Amino acid sequence: MTNLWSWITTVDHKRIGVMYFLTSLFFFFVGGIEALVIRVQLWKAEQALISAELYNQLFTMHGTTMVFMVAMPMAVAFFNYVVPLQIGARDVAFPRLNALSYWIFLFGSLFMNASWFVGSAPNTSWVGYANLTSLQFSPGPNVDFWVIGLSIVGIASILGGVNFITTIVNLRAPGMKFMRMPLFTWMTFVTSFVLVTAIPVIAVALILLAFDRFFDANFYVTAAGGDPILWQHLFWLFGHPEVYILILPSFGMISDVIPAFSRKPLFGYPVVVYAGVLIGFIGWGVWSHHMFTSGLGPIADSFFVASTMIIAIPTGVKIFNWLATMWGGSIRFTTAMLFSIGLVAVFTIGGLSGVMHASAPVDLQQHDTYFVVAHFHYVIVGGVMMGLFAGFYYWFPKVTGRMPDETLGKIHFWLALIGFNLLFFPMHFSGIYGMPRRTWTYSAELNVELWNQLSTVGGFIFGAAAVVWAWNMIRSARSGAPAGPNPWGAATLEWSIPSPPHHYNFPSLPVVRTREPLWHEEERREVEAVTLAEPEREPEMPRPSFWPILVAAGATLTWALVMTGIWWVPLTGLAFTGFAIFMWAFENPFGKKAGAHHG
Amino acid sequence: MPLLLAACGSEYPQSSIDPKTDFAEIIHGLYVSVFWWTMVILAVVWILLAYILVRFRERPDQPLPRQIRGHLGMEIGWTIGPAIIVVAIAVPTIQAVFATQRGDPDNAMVVEVVGHQFWWEFRYGEAGVVTANELHLPVGRPVSLRLSSADVIHSFWVPQLGGKRDVNPVVRRPEGEEVSATWLHFTIREPGVYMGQCAEFCGESHSLMGMRVVAESEEQFQAWLTDMGGSAAASGEPAAAAAPDTSAVPDTTAAADTVPAGGDTTAAAPASDTAAGPPAGQPAPAAPAGEPQAGDALVTEGRDVFLRSTCVACHAIGGTSAQGQVGPNLTLLGRRSTIASGWMENTPENLERWITSPRSVKPGVLMPGIAEAGGNWPATNLSAEQVGAVAAYLSSLR
Amino acid sequence: MADATAAALHADDHHYTATGLPSWKVGFWTFLGSECLFFGTLISTYMVYKGSSVQGPYPHEILNIPLTSVSTFVLLMSSLAMVLALDGVRRGSKKLAVTWLAVVIVFGSIFLGFQVYEFSHFVHEGLTIPRNVFGSSFFVLTGFHGAHVTVGVVWMTTLLVLALRGRLPPSKALSVEIAGLYWHFVDIVWIVIFTLIYLIQ
Repeated sequence: MTNLWSWITTVDHKRIGVMYFLTSLFFFFVGGIEALVIRVQLWKAEQALISAELYNQLFTMHGTTMVFMVAMPMAVAFFNYVVPLQIGARDVAFPRLNALSYWIFLFGSLFMNASWFVGSAPNTSWVGYANLTSLQFSPGPNVDFWVIGLSIVGIASILGGVNFITTIVNLRAPGMKFMRMPLFTWMTFVTSFVLVTAIPVIAVALILLAFDRFFDANFYVTAAGGDPILWQHLFWLFGHPEVYILILPSFGMISDVIPAFSRKPLFGYPVVVYAGVLIGFIGWGVWSHHMFTSGLGPIADSFFVASTMIIAIPTGVKIFNWLATMWGGSIRFTTAMLFSIGLVAVFTIGGLSGVMHASAPVDLQQHDTYFVVAHFHYVIVGGVMMGLFAGFYYWFPKVTGRMPDETLGKIHFWLALIGFNLLFFPMHFSGIYGMPRRTWTYSAELNVELWNQLSTVGGFIFGAAAVVWAWNMIRSARSGAPAGPNPWGAATLEWSIPSPPHHYNFPSLPVVRTREPLWHEEERREVEAVTLAEPEREPEMPRPSFWPILVAAGATLTWALVMTGIWWVPLTGLAFTGFAIFMWAFENPFGKKAGAHHG
Repeated sequence: MPLLLAACGSEYPQSSIDPKTDFAEIIHGLYVSVFWWTMVILAVVWILLAYILVRFRERPDQPLPRQIRGHLGMEIGWTIGPAIIVVAIAVPTIQAVFATQRGDPDNAMVVEVVGHQFWWEFRYGEAGVVTANELHLPVGRPVSLRLSSADVIHSFWVPQLGGKRDVNPVVRRPEGEEVSATWLHFTIREPGVYMGQCAEFCGESHSLMGMRVVAESEEQFQAWLTDMGGSAAASGEPAAAAAPDTSAVPDTTAAADTVPAGGDTTAAAPASDTAAGPPAGQPAPAAPAGEPQAGDALVTEGRDVFLRSTCVACHAIGGTSAQGQVGPNLTLLGRRSTIASGWMENTPENLERWITSPRSVKPGVLMPGIAEAGGNWPATNLSAEQVGAVAAYLSSLR
Repeated sequence: MADATAAALHADDHHYTATGLPSWKVGFWTFLGSECLFFGTLISTYMVYKGSSVQGPYPHEILNIPLTSVSTFVLLMSSLAMVLALDGVRRGSKKLAVTWLAVVIVFGSIFLGFQVYEFSHFVHEGLTIPRNVFGSSFFVLTGFHGAHVTVGVVWMTTLLVLALRGRLPPSKALSVEIAGLYWHFVDIVWIVIFTLIYLIQ
């Protein structure tokens, strides 16, 4: 079935993964266009091509979109598609919950972007500091859209985290001990824990702000004793783990790609795993390095200097392990491998400018300038996105059954690498020379016009790379060379089944004995005897369900109705959501008589 | 590389690698050392990577590489190595954190900085002087800036004076006056005019919330304080006569018709016309020789329009009946090199433009124009001629 | 050992788990972890703002410890009833299951009744969300807790109806166990709230 209804009711992790990917790809272009308008406005000093208000909306939505509607869901697309295949599972632990997460993400994102159509997109930056976001200083609906949209999208992440933790704990194939799992699955596991613990914090921060705005609460109202610094603490308690949520999946992806195209196993597998776990943990202890200018005092500042410097160490260890994996190997420069190498080279720059920021007094010059903008784009675009591109080219054959075009892939890579560096490297200079961030325009006296112009040109080159990427996707999916189960000769379980997989993934569950099942000849034969067999009877899979999209619609509606400001109106949405949850609870996912199977 | 960049410092008036204070120098020194450490690490990683990509590329008919899974010694090595570098960076960092946040409570001159949307207020408590957007400070004396906001979070940043510090709104506390102010401490080494701007997104015109810091000799500073109507006696310095300007105050950022601080000729000046002006015996500050004399009649008319209009609801001018506290203090406005918080040169034309329509310069500003309401005030409805007169009056305030 | 497990699997088995634990339990514990962070943040906010209210009513003036102790006790007893309800389901006793589930519902509702009374009394005394940071943080924290209890009561009522219809046999004990996990969690959160807000002032 490929009709619309089948997509709306699907609970298949592979389809949900594709939906996540295509949706995040759409928002990638939305966020990219927002960025290019920004870059054009910044082409000349003291220029006013667009109004300050529109500019503030653009950079707010660019950041919010790229973090919450692109980087996170695109990683989730890979969690969805790849993790069950890597651990030898037929689907995730809670397929309908999985669908729910997607629909909530979609509706929440659409809701926030609907604000464009009423000319009131969020405009207080992606970090939304109080008390600028209070009713007093932001009386319009812009901040309401932001608070509500982000709250909705957050729910999707928590539910997804629960789903993937359960999946990885409980649905590993026989013999797949934790220390035999592919690195990408490991990083998904760690990321899911960070998601499940960090998102509730920003949920509360947003709830407090919502109560201030809709019900006159005093959480960030200074006249009543509320402290805007509380927002900063809550936001960054979430915000810093959030950046590890962003990067760990990409680290996981290249940890699978690099061994595949070096024809050697990952060097220091346990160390890379523990480094990831450690990063997940320590990531909770560094948040106030975003607040070095807030006046926390020397003792607090010093603590966060120390913790932030410490977290650089496991990150560096991973880089060395990737280098050691390639060392002595037989390196094949597929597009996936190029992007992985690109990540190692470019993320290092971003990580090192991060070390500079970790030195608090130095950060007092760099914070809130284009130097920081350079830093985080190096780690997010050069790190997160490069990893996602690597994962894309790597798993493309598995998803589509066709090989990605390597020539177009290389063009994508080089255009992206050149464009990206031209776009963001000059920002180190404009930042050092005094250009703050979030500025609609800048004085000609600053003399930073040249750096801005270089960035703008780089931005368009990077945009061209994105177009090449999209074109490659379409073309290769349609007419790429057919791919077998394991076109790369890779080691892990997802490469033991056909491309694309049957809807049930595995006819029966294989037994795993090592970390690289397909690289040990005897094990490979045993596994493929199971995974490539055609079963007499197809395994029973959960049936499609209409309730996830309805619950998602109900939840979105409930939150959106909060904007009416009338306390009982959202309750109607809640009632509808409750009804849909009930129907879901009593639905039998396998379609037998209701109540006969507990699922 | 940072030295190379620093050499270009004079071309970059808001450069963060052109330190002019002890505070900025500590930061700069730390930055240079951290920079070189990071370059070392970058070089190691990139050189290794480059070597790997060349040496270990796939060759035809290559056998399977040795399947090495790890090496404990290397893991320890590349954990300890970076850890040592981290300590080498962290120790001086933490020392600098404490050193730069100590201040000098016994000797420092405290200036209160109040952030507003979208301008800066400066209050010299001891001397009783209030001004806006142009901060005068003495060279060679410890200064402590006490920062607080009247509305949202701003950030005070003059890169050549050192790092930035957020300007937080005052949180009301149950008992009394514990105010959540933040601080910056520094001693300026070199006279000059330094550029800065707000560095925490604060609303529509955040990017236009600039400022200038005029760092001048102690004598010039005292003279300025006195001219502003302050009592220099509070700081123990004798009230300085308006002495000839021997130490140049380089005016690198303002345009040709900017008035250097501290004029030295006496002339009838309409700036202060009540007893609240400078103490008797002080020569009244005046337009330096060579400046075209603004027509007395136009200036007088401008003063009358100003004092009669809603201007006085927000603005104060020392020595007049205008004592509004809501907006920037305009005492000696004519001497400032810029207006609109550093965004425009201080010329009569720009003043007229501003008074006519502030929002055309700074969207979101709370000041009304002649045909647009602003803040809580209706349009001022001044005629173009009246605007010209007011601009002439304000320009004459030297 | 792994081979035996493999041999035990057949093509359509969807009960396989790597740990032997039901996935619902693993997932629900994870969800409770996120709820810990959720309530932890709300409670921390309350604690941060303790003593910060610029005007009254203040906690010591308005919180009624004796009264709230009673409602706390009722909620605690409801957790005991929950344990007994689960035991009843496991043993296949419809009577026990129905009885004790009903007790959970009644006690939970009594707790909610106390909350409603307390809230309206406070409002009458002038403590509202806008009044001061105490009002804001108190009502949001206890309000969200009360909402969680309400969801729990609805959940238990659903189980009660199922039990009455004979659709809660021992094979369905897991869903009651999970409901019990939720209920106990909500109870524990209340103990923390009661201790930090009412008892320690």
